[in-house]
Order: sequence, then structure tokens, then C-alpha cells
Amino acid sequence: MNGQLQPPVGPDDHAQGPEGAPVTLVEYGDFECPYCGQAYEIVKTIQQRLGGKLRFVFRNFPLKEAHPHAEHAAEAAEAAATRGRFWDMHDLLYENQRRLDDASLAGYAEAIGLDAQRVMQALEDGTYEPQVREDFMSGVRSGVNGTPAFFVNGVRWDGPWNDPAVFLQTLQESAGTRAGR
Amino acid sequence: MPEPTEVLAPGTRAPDFTLHSTPDQMLSLKELRGRPVILAFYPADWSPVCGDEVTLLNEVLPEFRRHDAELLGISVDGVWCHAAFAKHRNLHFPLLADFEPKGAVCRSYGAYREQDGFAQRALFLIDGDGIIRWSYLSPVGVNPGADGVLKALESLDHSPEAAGRTS
Repeated sequence: MNGQLQPPVGPDDHAQGPEGAPVTLVEYGDFECPYCGQAYEIVKTIQQRLGGKLRFVFRNFPLKEAHPHAEHAAEAAEAAATRGRFWDMHDLLYENQRRLDDASLAGYAEAIGLDAQRVMQALEDGTYEPQVREDFMSGVRSGVNGTPAFFVNGVRWDGPWNDPAVFLQTLQESAGTRAGR
Repeated sequence: MPEPTEVLAPGTRAPDFTLHSTPDQMLSLKELRGRPVILAFYPADWSPVCGDEVTLLNEVLPEFRRHDAELLGISVDGVWCHAAFAKHRNLHFPLLADFEPKGAVCRSYGAYREQDGFAQRALFLIDGDGIIRWSYLSPVGVNPGADGVLKALESLDHSPEAAGRTS
């Protein structure tokens, strides 16, 4: 309810863009959520428009009881992260949202040069489950009430993310305020 | 008792009720005495998944259970509707049907929307002695999330009353 991101973005987060960027956009997302799939395209556009002014961070928020593949997809992304391939996996998952069963996940792992068998073993062992849960609970504590949820410079953004023009303007304004300080 | 006009405040004794939890089972609040109970009143089953309050609470359920708390959802939907919804969404907590007389329990907690004929989005945390310790009314279109109730539950663990209980 307070809408403050906690914990703040730190070195363990998956981030794209410069650390000192005037705007940090954090998304809590679920790889199987269709709205997150829409948001994926919009965020890409925004990243292109804002360039180095934007740092984008993704945290997992799988609604795993409602979306049967969301948890393993999130864990597969975490597995990819250990090889520095988080964003490749993130993009592949969102571009193939309708095929997120384990066999497909193995295929994506292979496609980005990971050892698919090891990734599958990690999913079976739940190796990355605690990490995904930690992301999820940080979202709950930050007041995330559905997916996708966005935080702009640490404050929850309740405006319409699905209107790219409005979203972009908000982010540009945040960038301006920050830079003007 | 006159009907409350606002959601019942902390310190109030939680009105007892007995409602259907499945088509052939009833559940009374007093059966859960001794453990914290979270009551989640919500307008209706079948709202879209990704921003749905019940879906979110279901995901946070293991955290509530860690505090030995029981979670109960309540709306004016009927038992069969609840059963289908719970199955579809993989819900692991009971949905109670405040169906007949319609909304009576919602009313007794000050959580009924007369103009719409369904429950408010209201959350209550009831302690093991049946006293409301935290309550929150959310605008009807806004899913309140789970941070508020989780914090309330954590502070309940640390309250002197909880520390003094022997169970």
C-alpha cells in the first residue's frame, strides 16, 4: 500500500542500462502473464527512446498457481543469469510466451548456449527457487498487487503502462527532474 | 445489533458467522479460535487473473501459514461458483459464500456495498482470541495487495498479548 520499492535496486538485480541513469524503471513480471507480454514490447520501445537515461531492472513475480509454467520460466531465467545470459533468456521467454513447458525451456537454454541438461536439473532440484521467492516477496512487501507492476525511481507507478506515450512522458519527466537537481 | 457503517475497527470483537466453505461443508469463525485469521472480503469471483486479489493472496499463502494464520475469502457468490473458481485458479484456501441471506456477514463487518449488492474490498486480521487487530478498506477497483496484512500479521507475532500466550 505504501508503494515504495524495497529493497532498493542493488548489485544482485538484473539491470540493463547505466547504473547512474537518471531513471530506474523496475518491473515485477511473470513470464506467462499476457499483460507482461504486452509490457515487454512497450519497455523495449521505451528503452530505445530513452537510451542511456534509463536503467531497467526486472524482478520475478510468478503467479505460479494461476500460471503453471511461470515458476520454472523464472528459475530458467535465473539459471541463465549465472552465465551472464539473463536478458537473452528474458527476451526469449517473452517472445515465446505460449511455449513455456520444460521441454521448450530446455530448447531456449540451448539456443543461448547454456547446458540444457544442467538447467533442467536445476529446475528439478529447485536450485533457483529461493531466489525467485525472494524477488516475489520483495514485490509483495513493496505493494505489488498484480503483474506487471512498475516502480519509477523506487516509487510504484499506478498510471497506465499500456499507453506508451503516457508512460514515456512520465519517465522523461522523472529523468528531467533527476537531472535538474 | 445495528449495522456498522464503516469497516469494523481494530479492537472490535469479530462477529461470528457460519457459512458454506464447500457445497457440503460449513465453516464457523469460532472453530479457528487460537490462531490468527485473515478475512478477505472481495466483490466477485472471476476477475482477470493477473491483477486479481484472490490470486495474489493465494500466492502469499505459504507466508501466512508460516505465521500459523488461516486465510478465508468471502464474497456473495454461491458455493458452486466458488468451487469452480477455486478449482480454476488452484486456490488453497476456503472461499465462503455469503449468499443467503445475501451479504449478511459482509454487512456485519461493515463491508457491503449496498449500491452494488456485493462486498467491499476489505481485509481484516483477527487474533487468536477473536479480536480484530487490523482492518483495511480498499477502493473497490483497487486490489489492496498483501503488504499491509502481512505487516499486521508480523506485528501481531511481536505483540505483548501474543508473547504472553502459552499455546
